Amino acid sequence: MWKYANPANFLRLANALIPWTGALAVALLAFGLWGAFFSSPADYQQGETVRIMYIHVPAAWLSMFCYGVMCLSALGTLVWRHPLADAAQKAAAPLGAAFTFICLVTGSLWGKPMWGTWWVWDARLTSVLVLFIIYLGLIALWQTIEEPPKAARAAAILTLVGAVNLPIIKFSVDWWSTLHQPASVFRLGGPTIHPSMLWPLLVMALGFTILFFTLHMMSTRNEILRRRLRRLSILAAQEDAR
Amino acid sequence: MKSPLAALLLRELRLARRIGGGAAIGVVFFLILVTIVPFAIGPDLNLLSRIGPAILWIAALLATLLGQDRLFQSDHEDGSLDLLRLSDAPLELIVAIKCIAHWIATCLPLVVAAPFFGLMLAMDATALAGTTATLLVGTPALTFLGAIGAALTASMRRGGLLSAILILPMAIPVLIFGVSAASAASGGTIPFATPLLVLAGLSLAAMALAPFAAAAALRGMGD
Repeated sequence: MWKYANPANFLRLANALIPWTGALAVALLAFGLWGAFFSSPADYQQGETVRIMYIHVPAAWLSMFCYGVMCLSALGTLVWRHPLADAAQKAAAPLGAAFTFICLVTGSLWGKPMWGTWWVWDARLTSVLVLFIIYLGLIALWQTIEEPPKAARAAAILTLVGAVNLPIIKFSVDWWSTLHQPASVFRLGGPTIHPSMLWPLLVMALGFTILFFTLHMMSTRNEILRRRLRRLSILAAQEDAR
Repeated sequence: MKSPLAALLLRELRLARRIGGGAAIGVVFFLILVTIVPFAIGPDLNLLSRIGPAILWIAALLATLLGQDRLFQSDHEDGSLDLLRLSDAPLELIVAIKCIAHWIATCLPLVVAAPFFGLMLAMDATALAGTTATLLVGTPALTFLGAIGAALTASMRRGGLLSAILILPMAIPVLIFGVSAASAASGGTIPFATPLLVLAGLSLAAMALAPFAAAAALRGMGD
């Protein structure tokens, strides 16, 4: 594994893998969407709107998974000061924000017909919203600090502070929500999901995950190239100055 | 011979008193936040007394966090942060001392002023006492969390807004337990002690952990 931590080796590996994982992601998503739209039945209560679930739930899952990837990269940045970890960290933040945004928007679209409102201050929705804001803050931090190694260290610290804080936020928002409104629409557990709906969901989740890895590799590759470009242009400017 | 940390505490307090209006400016900012709320929602005293704890808490949150972006910035600009880093005292303790000084200089006056501003919002005595107690217990968490944001943005010219964006989501638990304890004080289904103890726990955890994050951020800026 350490062999591929070298940016040049990583570029070679990523270039080899990206077409395959990209094709796999497209195939899985196409199969999953077919399953979601045509093969699986409509819900007896929610009707056709239940199909939003096949986008919403995988996006929600990835919004958290992506934060995990960022935490691991942040450890790589702080402990080993590895440039590849910096690049992986930076690449994951916009992806995580995008998946969280998809989760929020589809949830809102699903909430309108089901609960009759675009937004409720429910515990889960609120903590996902906070997660989204934390992603945006991280992106802003990345864009504000110019030197990549400094930006990486600052973002890594904030990511880990967020990792400590996210369970606390989740817990406190749960407490707050149960304090304000008794659970009515939102039931944990609920009816167990039928296999005919479960398999498209799992296929979609797998497809989203592979899509994330593909995009993450592409974005990390871009970041490495961007850093090289930056270094080269600094060198060129120094040459010119002489 | 004074210990270096005591000397630092005195220096910070003196600086806070002499530069930029000191405690007064924070209290005035707090006052103006409390003042504009009735203009926004109307002068209905029943409504104001009901949401009074929430108003005081949001005002305290903003007054604390917005005033904090200069915590390390000025020291970074004039080079005294480098001197502090060279001293024998660990940077984590230096950060903690600076936070304590900032809390004494800006948050403690807010806590003292809160009951008087609460009177303007027609809050009754128990609600006033409860809100003041929660502010006293909860504001250290805000100061120490804010120190992380201040440290991350220390070398930026306009770090204030970014620091607030980074730290406000992290401060949500403090706000939740602060307001719910303050509301519980004036009656409600939950006992006052439960959220207050959680709030105290959040403050203690922030005091114990945040200096490490802030010191790491300052080190990352330096080299």
